[in-house]
Amino acid sequence: MDGSTHNSNETWTVAGRTFTSRLIVGTGKYKDYAQNAAAAEAAGAEIVTVALRRVNLSDPNQPMLADYVKPERFTYLPNTAGCFTGEDAVRTLRLAREAGGWDLVKLEVLSQTAHLLPDMEETLRALKLLIADGFSVMVYCSDDPVYAKKLEDAGAAAIMPAAAPIGSGRGIQNMLNLGLIIEQTKVPVLVDAGVGTASDAVVAMEMGCEAVLMNTAIAEAKDPIRMAVAMKHAVIAGREAYLAGRMAKRQYADPSSPLSGLI
Amino acid sequence: MQLTINGESRVFSGVADVAGLVSALGLDTKKVAVERNLEIVPRSAYQKTPVAEGDRIEIVHFIGGG
Repeated sequence: MDGSTHNSNETWTVAGRTFTSRLIVGTGKYKDYAQNAAAAEAAGAEIVTVALRRVNLSDPNQPMLADYVKPERFTYLPNTAGCFTGEDAVRTLRLAREAGGWDLVKLEVLSQTAHLLPDMEETLRALKLLIADGFSVMVYCSDDPVYAKKLEDAGAAAIMPAAAPIGSGRGIQNMLNLGLIIEQTKVPVLVDAGVGTASDAVVAMEMGCEAVLMNTAIAEAKDPIRMAVAMKHAVIAGREAYLAGRMAKRQYADPSSPLSGLI
Repeated sequence: MQLTINGESRVFSGVADVAGLVSALGLDTKKVAVERNLEIVPRSAYQKTPVAEGDRIEIVHFIGGG
């Protein structure tokens, strides 16, 4: 033993709440809530994003998310998916707070349905409204370091740039911008949206993200439970590699076996 | 009494307050949140919040999302 400590219980903290798992999973697009719950368990997630919608009045006995993905087991992170104005987002999250008592929330204010990229001007305005209302806000945003700084200065609990459009599975499209955001930000940075497969999550974590948030990459895999396991390992591998510190890149080869003493 | 609930027009009789409305709809009060005429009704106030002709009520809950 070299005396170095390997801290497998390493944690991260957002808005005063501490978690061990660095993988946040969504709860949309699954075949059913049972598969959804199994995937969240397999991912080792402690936080799940949830959406708020009207109840189905014609069938009040239909299955409910909370019966499968239990709020006693997972921290619910209510989102504002489908909101296009700050007022919509604030109204939605106030209802979410009443429905479950959660004040740690995910803000997303979208611009249009084709690419679902955030409307950053409206996102910043909504963030200020929510903070004034007592919420701790993790903010889905574009990978623009300038707006990321404005969000942080306004009091965002976490900065969550999209790697690529929601549900596109394209992986990190602008590593330069993501790197700048990670470097400048004091609160946690999470890649939220655009992850397609395990290597995308590894890259995000190797770059220094605090955690990764994903939904479609798991839910639309041919075997969602297996992909959830893959993502769990990917996030751990990326984090460990980040902490370990990668070797320097070289232009030319450097032999691993000594060239001296050859017969 | 006619109410608009989640955008649908519905007629109720014998419902006086939000608690009675949620119950009449067969919903579990612990799993929903209610808004009456754009104002949130805290769960603790369901019994003392009357519903009246023409009210616009939203009843929501958590579903899967990303």
